[in-house]
Amino acid sequence: MEISTTRRGFIKGLIAVGSLLVLPATLLAAMVRPKAAFDSKEIDASIKSLFGDAVVEASDKVNLKVPEIAENGAVVPITISTDIEGVESISVVIDNNPNPLSAIFNLTDAVAAEVSTRVKMGKSSPVRAMVKANGKIYFTTKEVKVTIGGCGG
Amino acid sequence: MDRREFVGLLSKAWVAGMLPGVSNWAMAGENLQPPMFGNTRILHFTDCHAQLLPVYFREPNVNLGVGPAYGRLPHVVGKNLLKKIPEIKTPREAHAYTYLDFSAAAERFGKVGGFAHLKTLIDQCRSEAGDGRSILIDGGDTWQGSGTALWTRGKDMVEACNMLGVDVMTGHWEFTYKDSEVLENARLFKGEFVAQNIKATEDALFEGIEVYDEDSGHVFKPYVIKEMQGKRVGVIGQAFPYTPIANPKRFIPDWTFGIQEDDLQELVDEIRSSEKPDAVLLLSHNGMDVDLKLASRVSGIDAIMGGHTHDGMPEPIVVENPGGKTLVTNAGSNGKYLAVLDLDLGNGKVNGFKYSLLPVFSNIIPADAAMAAYITKVRQPYLGKLNEELATAENLLYRRGNFNGTFDQVICDSLTNVLDAQFSFSPGFRWGTTVLPGEAITMDRVLDQTCMTYPETYVREMKGEQIKAILEDVCDNLFNADPYRQQGGDMVRVGGLTYACEPNGPSLNRISEIRDLKGNLIDANKDYKVAGWATVGSKSPGEPIWDVVATYLRDKKTIKVEKLIEPKLKGVAGNPGLADYQGEVV
Repeated sequence: MEISTTRRGFIKGLIAVGSLLVLPATLLAAMVRPKAAFDSKEIDASIKSLFGDAVVEASDKVNLKVPEIAENGAVVPITISTDIEGVESISVVIDNNPNPLSAIFNLTDAVAAEVSTRVKMGKSSPVRAMVKANGKIYFTTKEVKVTIGGCGG
Repeated sequence: MDRREFVGLLSKAWVAGMLPGVSNWAMAGENLQPPMFGNTRILHFTDCHAQLLPVYFREPNVNLGVGPAYGRLPHVVGKNLLKKIPEIKTPREAHAYTYLDFSAAAERFGKVGGFAHLKTLIDQCRSEAGDGRSILIDGGDTWQGSGTALWTRGKDMVEACNMLGVDVMTGHWEFTYKDSEVLENARLFKGEFVAQNIKATEDALFEGIEVYDEDSGHVFKPYVIKEMQGKRVGVIGQAFPYTPIANPKRFIPDWTFGIQEDDLQELVDEIRSSEKPDAVLLLSHNGMDVDLKLASRVSGIDAIMGGHTHDGMPEPIVVENPGGKTLVTNAGSNGKYLAVLDLDLGNGKVNGFKYSLLPVFSNIIPADAAMAAYITKVRQPYLGKLNEELATAENLLYRRGNFNGTFDQVICDSLTNVLDAQFSFSPGFRWGTTVLPGEAITMDRVLDQTCMTYPETYVREMKGEQIKAILEDVCDNLFNADPYRQQGGDMVRVGGLTYACEPNGPSLNRISEIRDLKGNLIDANKDYKVAGWATVGSKSPGEPIWDVVATYLRDKKTIKVEKLIEPKLKGVAGNPGLADYQGEVV
């Protein structure tokens, strides 16, 4: 493989390497989808189903990057990072979506606690980033506006 | 001198009558530029909307401030502004900054702007500053707004800006040409096109589209350092953050925008630590209220030179933030003003400054011959079309203001009449020049109001609830209590409809009492035939709006707006941003 220092070359290289890897069966088994939490239409029920009775508290150590106004509600970019130690999972909850729980990332200490994804939003809503670490839930919330656009001067 | 003293100096400058100080020199006839202060001069214009020739431009009588913006500049209009800024003394100055008695004052003081006149004023300002001690920066909305700009795909303005000597620019309506055209024009532009908040999407980067920096994804240079006789000034570009939302994304599908506050703070810190600047400026197309919020949250910027919201701010606002203070300005539109920021720089900081927003009165400032000749040459092939006299205006025709304008009413009437619709929508842009009573409405003037790359009209069935949804959505873009969730346009104009609006009401719940002109309430579930133009989604099928308006004007021959139809306003009585309102205020 040609060694390239460009971002594009690097990503292409990653894909080439990635296609050679086979996920171990044990890892696959651990990735069980919490169906009830994803299916729930109620935020509180969804969170309870995910985290049980764990303490939930707002934290400025959870960094949530979202646009103030979405350029396209169908693919809203979102990045969550934290320097809290011992992160077990990072979840994304969109209050006004029909199914508020949008994503869960299960992490181990072996990786930096930073995830990026894109979420679909039908209308303006608070977006919550929820980090599970050491048996507690830390979260931060930001409002993302979804507009029909146009008529700007 | 630390930043606190720097602001102390500002107050002293005001007390000494250094601001705005138009009458001191402008009427003298010879020395058009203010005397130089300090050692470095920043000249700034913005939102000229391709107006190469002098124009009339009426400032708004409705510019409501909501939430923290209540009563704060620029949301202070007419006599309220004269009261707030006693330095505006003479009738000429009052005309420059307000709408008061507009027709008579415009007759008396003449047109404003025009690149030939701007060129003379800029050259004088640069000469006063001394060799190599000034830069000229342009906040954008330069390549759009006239017939010739559209037909040359912005190139007439690129060359005009090269002749004017623009050193740095950023953009907004520039991005309503195709991305390849934007990049080509940016290459033809002899200055630097900067934008810290435009990046290629990840997909587009993967595809290998042309960008300035493949690692960061920046499509354009994020900033430049301009060195002036040893003084180093960093100029960061901030393009309009909501371009792909307020304007069609289809022209620039691979670029993503946003305010990008964190990126900006990182960039400012990096420039401060690695470039050893004497000052850091943000050349911004955010809009005034967004800039004020940004200035309170990002540290290390000495001045935000702003545009987008077309606010002719006679004086800057000083904003405190965790790292010090930041000056925020807004320099109006349509070539009407030239902003002059004089800085005393040294030892890596600003030791003092003076700011003036100079009105460009075209009959006081002589035209630059070379620029005048260039403008004549650019317009010559199109003169037959531009000069067609479509109708005569019997009263003042203008657009600017939060709600309806008389020219908008003519556009809405054109849509409903020519396209045979019950109701019409026309965007609340802030560009568009003014026609005086008795003047001919030429195609040139119609294009001032309508010229853009997505002018196609539509007629379609819309349910009452969809009409309400559109009104609510646009209203939230104007009056959301958080400036970061505003887009900087005015309210959509409507034809055949009236409504009530509560600007301080909750999001998506400000509009009520939507009625036709006979007073019947609109039924949420009934279909109505609605005409409009400037759709941002997909291209509409109808003929361009300027042809629809021209058809209507040719047919009417004289235009008189008997009564400006404005929405009923709730909860804003006494707001300093509201005066001489034609509608009901309850």
